[in-house]
Amino acid sequence: MSRIRPFLCAVAALFALTTLAQAETVYHRGNAGDPKTLDAHQTSIDVEANILWDLLEGLVAYDAAGKVVPGAAESWTMSQDGTVYTFKLRADGKWSNGDPVKASDFVFSFRRIMDPQTAAKYASLHYPIRNAEKINKYEMKPEELGVKAVDDLTLEIALERPTPYFLELLTHQTALPMHQASVEKFGKDFVRPGNFVSNGAYSLAENVPGDHIKVVKNPHYWDAANVKVDVVMFYPTEDNAAAVRRFMARELDTNYQFPIDQLPFLKEKLGGQVKTSPYLAIEYYAINNKKEPFSDPRVRRALAMAIDRDFLADKIWSGAAVPAYSLVPPGINGYTPAEAEFAALSQLDREDEAKKLIEEAGYGPGGKPLKIEIRYNTNDAHKKVATAIADMWKQVFGAEVTLLNTDIKTHYAHLQNRGDFDVARAGWVGDYADAQNFLYLGVTGNAVGNYSQFSNAKFDELVKTSDATLDPAERAKIMAEAEAILLAEMGLIPILNRTSLHLVSDKVKGWADNVRNVHRSRYISIER
Amino acid sequence: MLTYTLRRLLSAAPTLFVIVTVAFFLVRFAPGGPFDLEQPLAPQVLDNLRRAYSLDQPLHVQYLDYLGKLVRGDFGPSYVAIDFTVGEMLRRALPYSVTLGLSALALAIFGGVAAGVFAALRQNSAADYSVMTVATVGVTVPNFVVAPVLQLVFGLMLGLLPIGGWGDGGLAHRLMPTVALALPQMAVIARLTRSSMIEALRADHIRTLRASGLPGHVIIRHALKGALLPVISYLGPAAAALVTGSVVIEKIFAIPGIGAYFVEGALNRDYTLVMGTVVTLAGFVVVFNLLVDLAYAALDPRVRYD
Repeated sequence: MSRIRPFLCAVAALFALTTLAQAETVYHRGNAGDPKTLDAHQTSIDVEANILWDLLEGLVAYDAAGKVVPGAAESWTMSQDGTVYTFKLRADGKWSNGDPVKASDFVFSFRRIMDPQTAAKYASLHYPIRNAEKINKYEMKPEELGVKAVDDLTLEIALERPTPYFLELLTHQTALPMHQASVEKFGKDFVRPGNFVSNGAYSLAENVPGDHIKVVKNPHYWDAANVKVDVVMFYPTEDNAAAVRRFMARELDTNYQFPIDQLPFLKEKLGGQVKTSPYLAIEYYAINNKKEPFSDPRVRRALAMAIDRDFLADKIWSGAAVPAYSLVPPGINGYTPAEAEFAALSQLDREDEAKKLIEEAGYGPGGKPLKIEIRYNTNDAHKKVATAIADMWKQVFGAEVTLLNTDIKTHYAHLQNRGDFDVARAGWVGDYADAQNFLYLGVTGNAVGNYSQFSNAKFDELVKTSDATLDPAERAKIMAEAEAILLAEMGLIPILNRTSLHLVSDKVKGWADNVRNVHRSRYISIER
Repeated sequence: MLTYTLRRLLSAAPTLFVIVTVAFFLVRFAPGGPFDLEQPLAPQVLDNLRRAYSLDQPLHVQYLDYLGKLVRGDFGPSYVAIDFTVGEMLRRALPYSVTLGLSALALAIFGGVAAGVFAALRQNSAADYSVMTVATVGVTVPNFVVAPVLQLVFGLMLGLLPIGGWGDGGLAHRLMPTVALALPQMAVIARLTRSSMIEALRADHIRTLRASGLPGHVIIRHALKGALLPVISYLGPAAAALVTGSVVIEKIFAIPGIGAYFVEGALNRDYTLVMGTVVTLAGFVVVFNLLVDLAYAALDPRVRYD
């Protein structure tokens, strides 16, 4: 009997522990990688945004469906000329340590990201704010930034020029606020658990790089009553094939990213728990507009037409991507992308047309030989796509195509430093939901992002006009006109729109697919 | 013995210096830098960053600066994981890799030596062939195949073990990665032990022991002492590799060790992280090689260090 008692006690204790644990809802979230940092001003990728959007809340935020809604600000007004925004902060807005969220916190944050000493990688995103660019280039002091606190709850942001997409810009993780007192007190270490003060639905509890980041519900959050998950565990599931097994063993409730070649198998096995949804991501081939024969628009159009995008989307991406005939991905509110004129033709007709164009340009069978080198960054899907496209160009006009792959750093350094190339794979994921963010890739002055070196005066003019046009419908029309020019000239070759890839357990409620690919844990609930 | 150890440790300093110097310049010659991203940076932002990390200084200044800090034990900040210094990252991650590596090493040595001796004693029998076949398979099947198969069978189908994560660091979380990490080493050790054991069993002094009618286990003990020498010399670099983590195993089982830093550092051009991993690995190789030489002296009476 005496031997049994400790055993019984242990069982009872264990039972009590598990019941306690059940009282708390834990969301196990596979996040595809580790953040490089939790300092919002130094981040740039989705993996970081997923965590930061749980910890912090900007003036505006995303709802479950990816729509812009009031965040730390409950309302705002825009001046007649579109250059001054006035935000009214929530009176009940609080930081996780109980401090009120003040307009001065936002002033501090915007000054910090523009300060060249911060060396923020994404500072240029906020150049529309008055004096921001000059401050970032050491030409003015951070105190001269056009962001000011009128009183504790009123924030005024003055802009350099009307910026119709400014509210979209404010959703970006680099526009999230920082708690001035703790950043000043801890310096670089303000991001550590224990130091990190947040104003979002969650606060930071643990950060073990490579293992997990634990965030717990913030009782001071203004909408805490509607936050259902108590603890979110973010796991850096970099090996996405292993993450799929963890998901299937129910160790994860959701997981971001899975191997695309497993898509058919996963759909069969997991059904509706596999979520693929188009988002603001374009795969395109940059084509050297400054180099013979690609400087000839006919050659560029022919190459674009000869690509069988349905084959690439269905066979190589297994349906995890859809054919793209425009630069701006579909799904941006109020904007209908222009399409390349050949989109309406069948693939066979496109190929016939492509042959004619190449012949006119004096290349291909009977003309000068067409030699093309495709550069891509080392990646299984990119390799398969490049191989298939090389084959298509060979088939249609007997081009001699060679492939060259380098690792991602080398690849982009080569393009950004204007190294010699013919055709190169590139991708772009929208920072905010506005067509301008994509059209910018074709603007002449874009020293680093316009890999093709496309240059068209009319296009530049239209983009510039659209930036100053406040009427949304009128502005959309102008941008679509600009996009049509880029596509008619085929300044770069759109290939595919990627879809976001998530595994979402059927126990998880409140998940909504959206083009921004934003999924804040505060809208999630879990049925155990 | 003590003087020898000290001398060896001292002579490691120039070796490490050469390794650090070569690595420092090699990694700088790789095209691209830590700030070349898929989404390009505006030129002035890049300038700010380069200034913040002193990358705008001439290379030799950066080199001397790095050496100076390294001597004081400062590995510098990580260019990519900026919330932590490289020293912190290594200190935090190393215990996971070392724990895993040492358990795998123990498993590999005990399993491998036992299998090797077992096979050697039954040379050319069915038992010998089956052990050696398993060992050959162990060497040839890469661990990125073994690991997912273990996960599928024990995690997903049988539901006995957690598939990934370190959890509380308990045996359940450690079992599969340890086995996956140990298997290839175990196979090599089994093969080495078998062949040297067969040789040792034929040696003159063993024949003498046998002739004097000593019991079997005593004979095995004496033979094993000699047979272990090749295994020991193999163990130096193998142990260094095991305790500095395997990127494949750590990625598949989601273990926060330093294995991943070797690859991530290089791919991200995180210069300081690359240097940190190189110094760590070099340090372990020096230490384990020394341990191997000391073990030699303990096992082989002909080896003396004075």
